[in-house]
Amino acid sequence: MTSTAPARSFRRARPVPGAAARRGAVRRAWPQYAAVSPFYVLFAVFGLFPVAFSAWLAFHRWDGLSPVTYAGTEQFRFLADDATFRLAVVNTLVIWVMSTVPMLLMSLGLAALLSSVKRFRTFYEIVLFLPSVTSIVAIALFFKAIFNNQYGVLNAALTTVGLPAVQWLNGFWTIKIVIATLMTWQWVGYNAIIYYAGMQAIPNDVYEAARIDGAGAFRIFWSITVPMLRPVILFTVVVSTVTGLQSFTEPQVLFASNAATNPNSGGPGQAGLTMVLYFYQQAFTNNNFGYGAAVAYGVFAVVAVFSLVNWRLVARRDR
Amino acid sequence: MTTSTSRPAATARAKVARGQRVRSRERWAHVPLVLTVLLMVFPFYWTVVMATSTTKEFYSYPPTLTPGTHLVENVREVLASIDFFGSMLNTVVVAVSVTALVLFFDSLAAFAFAKFDFPGKRFLFGLLLFFFLLPAQLSAVPQFITMIHLGWLGSLKALIVPSAANAFGIFWMRQYITGAVPDELLDAATIDGCGFFRQYLSVCVPIIRPGLGFLGIYTFVGAWNDYVWPLIVLVDPDHITLQVALSQLNNAHSTDYAVVMAGSLLAIIPLLVVFLLFARQFIADAVAGAVRG
Repeated sequence: MTSTAPARSFRRARPVPGAAARRGAVRRAWPQYAAVSPFYVLFAVFGLFPVAFSAWLAFHRWDGLSPVTYAGTEQFRFLADDATFRLAVVNTLVIWVMSTVPMLLMSLGLAALLSSVKRFRTFYEIVLFLPSVTSIVAIALFFKAIFNNQYGVLNAALTTVGLPAVQWLNGFWTIKIVIATLMTWQWVGYNAIIYYAGMQAIPNDVYEAARIDGAGAFRIFWSITVPMLRPVILFTVVVSTVTGLQSFTEPQVLFASNAATNPNSGGPGQAGLTMVLYFYQQAFTNNNFGYGAAVAYGVFAVVAVFSLVNWRLVARRDR
Repeated sequence: MTTSTSRPAATARAKVARGQRVRSRERWAHVPLVLTVLLMVFPFYWTVVMATSTTKEFYSYPPTLTPGTHLVENVREVLASIDFFGSMLNTVVVAVSVTALVLFFDSLAAFAFAKFDFPGKRFLFGLLLFFFLLPAQLSAVPQFITMIHLGWLGSLKALIVPSAANAFGIFWMRQYITGAVPDELLDAATIDGCGFFRQYLSVCVPIIRPGLGFLGIYTFVGAWNDYVWPLIVLVDPDHITLQVALSQLNNAHSTDYAVVMAGSLLAIIPLLVVFLLFARQFIADAVAGAVRG
């Protein structure tokens, strides 16, 4: 934020007493209203209205063709008892923990390494950033090939060193490992670069003081670097929570070929069925618009709760 | 490195020794970094290997580890099973239109928010932040229904119009304009009789060009890679974007990996080129937003 310079005053509307003068200020500001209006018009049509309509839909039954019927709280009661939705919530949370925790720790380590080298730093940054701008559909296809049950290069490597091949895309845990690995691969470098930039902002004399007090490199990292990075870490944790809990493309592409035979999809045993994938199946594969809207609110509730919990966990230690 | 001759030799020697120690520590840091680079690059390399081989070649054991000679056949098979260039054209149309509209609408709104006071400004800006936090799937079903009523289902309009302005871009641009555009210039323009839009065009836009560059690439990458919404609204299988086409290719050739990987390779190359051309500046801007945010 820049400081507010006193010189700019005359473009700013002066504090105006009286309703007439206020109306004048509104009229004078028409170019500004015109400038911000495109977003708010789009927001009203494609944002605000749908969210409200969605709330209405969640209390109704509709397949998009036959007449709408009132359902009361039935959709939500069904949601509370829906074992498949509960499985999707568990899957999503497990995958999210399995990807976010190791990923952010690795990102911290990579950022520390990056700040300790001088040569090739730009090269490292570009390579680390690359996966985050690559199409998620293409990435899911890469990983599908690498982790293939029979012919994947990973199983070939395991067999070569004498280990048994693993049915990666078949098991409850292995499916989650594949999806979590994919997410980690895509975002670990992006987060590392953000941490690295945050580390550059820590003043050098803090490190000097610690070194004079006899702190070792590891001690300095945990007692100075990490605490001073807290705002940046908070940012990455919140972003990873919001995006990680809404994963959809990874399981959808990995197990796409099963969609025709298994309406709920998500791979064998539905081990890769995430909340948003379940929402998509209900709303757009089964055309169950009312229940889809209820599921969307369920997803929203879970994401909101975990974002808040995270926020408090990371922010609390500030005090 | 130069050591000044006037200094005592002992200090110089100590300095060199310390330099060597630092350099050797630096050398060790390269080991895990290079390993990470290999892990980051391997899936891309492996895609190239598979896209240039026959599926049989890597179904055999041990699989081939180097690029093969079948790229042309695989690409021909891709072009035969999906309308690759048609879907790429659709993707280009969507990404370019969305980027152009976002740059104009977002920077114009951000200019008003950053440099002018008007009644209701704080409320409007708060609303913007609120919208930022709403998850997309909450509005997906009604948006789909809206598209049916507008008759836009299956049309590229359904992808372009709702994305023509966004909260993130306005928020980011407002931060950028607040710092980059000097108030004195705007005051001088006001004295010369320039109105709001004239100030936007003649003062603001020329100064914020680097910021527009970042927002432009960011928006373009997002629009190019978008998958969920196109999958929902592009109901006509002959009229789709690249990402949806890729997923179609995967469904049609789920056992013929060579073809699927050739398609993936073709689909990511244009974006990789765009990214690598602007990588340095783009990374710097992307990080600045997160660290300041």
